[in-house]
Amino acid sequence: MAGGRPWASPNRVAAWLVGIAVLAFLLYVPQYYEATTVNRYTTAIFIGIAAMGLNILTGYNGQVSIGHGAFFALGGYTSALLMRDAGWPFLATVPIAALVCFVVGALVGFPALRVKGLYLALVTLGLAVVFPDVARKFVNSTDGFFDHNGEPGTVQLSIREHLAPPFWHDWFADPIADRLRDWIGARDQWAYYCALFLGLLLLLGVWLISRSRFGRALIAVRDHEAAAATVGIDLARVKVAAFALSALYAGVAGSLAVMINRSASVTKQEVFQDSIFFLVAVVIGGTATVVGPMIGAFILVFVQEWLDESDWLSDLLDDQRARLASPALFGIALILAMYVLPDGLVGGSRRLLRRLKRRRPVSEAAVT
Amino acid sequence: MDLFVSQLMIGIQAGVVYASLALALVLIYRTTGLLNFAQGEMALLSTYLTWKFTDYGLPVWVSIVASVLVSFAGGALVERVVMRPVEQSSPLVLVIVTIGMFLALNAITQVIFGTDDKHLPRAYPFEVWEVAGIRVRSDTLVLIGVLVAECVLLWYLVQKTKLGLALRAVASNPDSSRLVGVSVGTMLMVGWGLAAGLGALAGALVVPTTPALTPGSMQSILVFAFAAAALGGFDSPLGAVVGGLVMGVANALTVEYVDALDGIELVVPFGLILLVLLFRPAGLFGRVHVERV
Amino acid sequence: MTLLEVSELRAGYGPVQVLYGIDFVVHDGEVVVILGANGAGKTTTLRAVSGMIPARGRVTFDANPIAGSKPERIARLGIAHVPQGRGTLAELTVEENLWLGAYVRNDDGVDGDIARWYDVFPRLGERRAQPAGSMSGGEQQMLAIARALMSRPKLLLLDEPSLGLAPIITQELFRVLGELNRTDGLAMLVVEQNAGLALGIATRGYVLEAGTIAVSGSADELGTNDDVRRAYLGI
Repeated sequence: MAGGRPWASPNRVAAWLVGIAVLAFLLYVPQYYEATTVNRYTTAIFIGIAAMGLNILTGYNGQVSIGHGAFFALGGYTSALLMRDAGWPFLATVPIAALVCFVVGALVGFPALRVKGLYLALVTLGLAVVFPDVARKFVNSTDGFFDHNGEPGTVQLSIREHLAPPFWHDWFADPIADRLRDWIGARDQWAYYCALFLGLLLLLGVWLISRSRFGRALIAVRDHEAAAATVGIDLARVKVAAFALSALYAGVAGSLAVMINRSASVTKQEVFQDSIFFLVAVVIGGTATVVGPMIGAFILVFVQEWLDESDWLSDLLDDQRARLASPALFGIALILAMYVLPDGLVGGSRRLLRRLKRRRPVSEAAVT
Repeated sequence: MDLFVSQLMIGIQAGVVYASLALALVLIYRTTGLLNFAQGEMALLSTYLTWKFTDYGLPVWVSIVASVLVSFAGGALVERVVMRPVEQSSPLVLVIVTIGMFLALNAITQVIFGTDDKHLPRAYPFEVWEVAGIRVRSDTLVLIGVLVAECVLLWYLVQKTKLGLALRAVASNPDSSRLVGVSVGTMLMVGWGLAAGLGALAGALVVPTTPALTPGSMQSILVFAFAAAALGGFDSPLGAVVGGLVMGVANALTVEYVDALDGIELVVPFGLILLVLLFRPAGLFGRVHVERV
Repeated sequence: MTLLEVSELRAGYGPVQVLYGIDFVVHDGEVVVILGANGAGKTTTLRAVSGMIPARGRVTFDANPIAGSKPERIARLGIAHVPQGRGTLAELTVEENLWLGAYVRNDDGVDGDIARWYDVFPRLGERRAQPAGSMSGGEQQMLAIARALMSRPKLLLLDEPSLGLAPIITQELFRVLGELNRTDGLAMLVVEQNAGLALGIATRGYVLEAGTIAVSGSADELGTNDDVRRAYLGI
């Protein structure tokens, strides 16, 4: 960077301070809020993880997918089956779910090489639509410990056996174990910290990618394939890798979802809705930004909750209609968000900052 | 043999429905370059409107015509009010906007009309005839007839009239169109209006052949319509028709004949699309965009 | 009679300003040429006049104020703009392109005009049913000009008609343009880098430099002006 100042620019410092404050808050969440709210935060985090993955594929690499709900569900199934049938602890199942989704993502990525743009979006939609049926056919349902009227293809998990936090005294000396039991003693707290840990790890992953040669290759392929090829970028490798990575992220998110839902199940409605959610989170937060998708996920989850639980709607219409109307508000909010912030929150604020900082008029144009 | 033919007929009838909605999708894609995720829900709202007209006592055919006209206006309005502000934005933003419309329209429909089943009568008498040992339903004939009429009228409009020329011009090069005096905004409104009208007609004709009109009536049809448009090529009206028929027939035959795929019949249409796209990346009849670098 | 009067025209692209307040006129029956180097603002000027980009300042055409109007309205008033790069509607056939050119007209003379342009540009007639995008650059340029003329405009704006074309074709092109001006009295505002060709058919001209008018005068004056000759004619 030109003009070497020996200290960090004020913007950088501000960003770091905000980041640290946010992190501190996030660490504190399960200690302060009760379970329902904590679960909501956990949900926001894993949707953010899936969105970050989708961002690698769609934001940085320009391949639009509306089928990542399928990878999400696949990760969930993998984790749930390993926990129920093989007795694995949750965290151990995550790398496997990630790997499975990575491989399947790569497999999907290969035919995607030939299919571009809108057609690719349609094919991924097909994936989202077909996957539930396939899963249901090959995963036998279970009765487990809970007598849900489980749909065929549902994998139920028991709280006590699978989802409870580890018994800290088995792992640590007494004083530390006591502390841990206080902080991470409840199921929701355990789920949350797992999600936060994985989320930060994967966020770091995206950050590293964005600064690497691979990241630049992703963007080059997105912006101009032909030119990228002429400078020696292996198009196939980049595009398939993008698919595989994005699937991996979605898979990890799916595993975390199992912790909250206590089961892995999948209906066409859910898979489609999840796929859309991830995409919306990416766009609202800001495509091709590192933190954008996570922020988008938080906005999505909390705005939805606010809309669902707002009283003013029930005052206006009767209760039943109010409940029906909240998706309408959500849809309208989405549209308005696109009017105001087409670059997403992160992209839009960057643009705003740039415009506020601009003082000198730019002189010559290259376009006459 | 009987079973095959009757399944074929079922497939053709379903295929005609997919084709009609796919035609609306292609129309919007060709005039504005974007894929309208909300097409099905727009058609849903129109169909509920048709039902409301019949509920007021209007004869079914009149209700359908009225609904088509209102939908035309509605579609044009949607373009002007909802889509115009973001028309210059990136494709992803447009996708999100149409998704937002999808969610909003579906919910608004439910709020206005409620969620209980509604009965929408047919506009024509329901008959089943035996022709050479094959059972043919009046539904199938009417749907095919309407589709053919739509195609002929659309073809005439687009290829042989000044308005159609302007529509095609806007699809080809909006800037040059402006320079020769074409009001691009108006043409976009017309395109959306036509698509909405097509959707209204499709909905009003297909829903009576299903058990009831419900908020979910259009959703599976929409997925198949998208698939049909992708198969045929998003910019090809002929592709929409062919794609729709292929989807319908493939699905019907698979459901009946291929047991191994029992429960996962959807693999067939989407597998088909994937296969076609691998060899023809722009669909069967789509135009491949050749980039000069 | 003044056909087009432009004063204090400012225009640009977003944050980048290109024109810093220029004044010029085009009278009935004139061919006015705008010369200048790359980046001077020539194309921007035409775009501002035809409404393709927002124009600030005063632009009056045939006594109508048009600064800030939409291109469709400006086209209907009688300005036809042949854009840089021809703006061909590639998927439409040659004949459809021509019919489109007559979009603003409601009279019966369209067929006759098409026949006339096939006469003037025989290559177009040969390819009338072909998709316009399949033609060569020179043919597309002829089509673009014919398309613009189909609206029977009062003023023709031409943006770098010689760009990317072989010398033989550009010579023929300018010959046709010159003749059109003589027989039909069609006024033209031509932006060109090829100063020699342009001055050959022009009545008057302006030289644009970095968004302002540096020199103006009759075609002869410009042709003999030493600075112009050195900078643009390479003499």
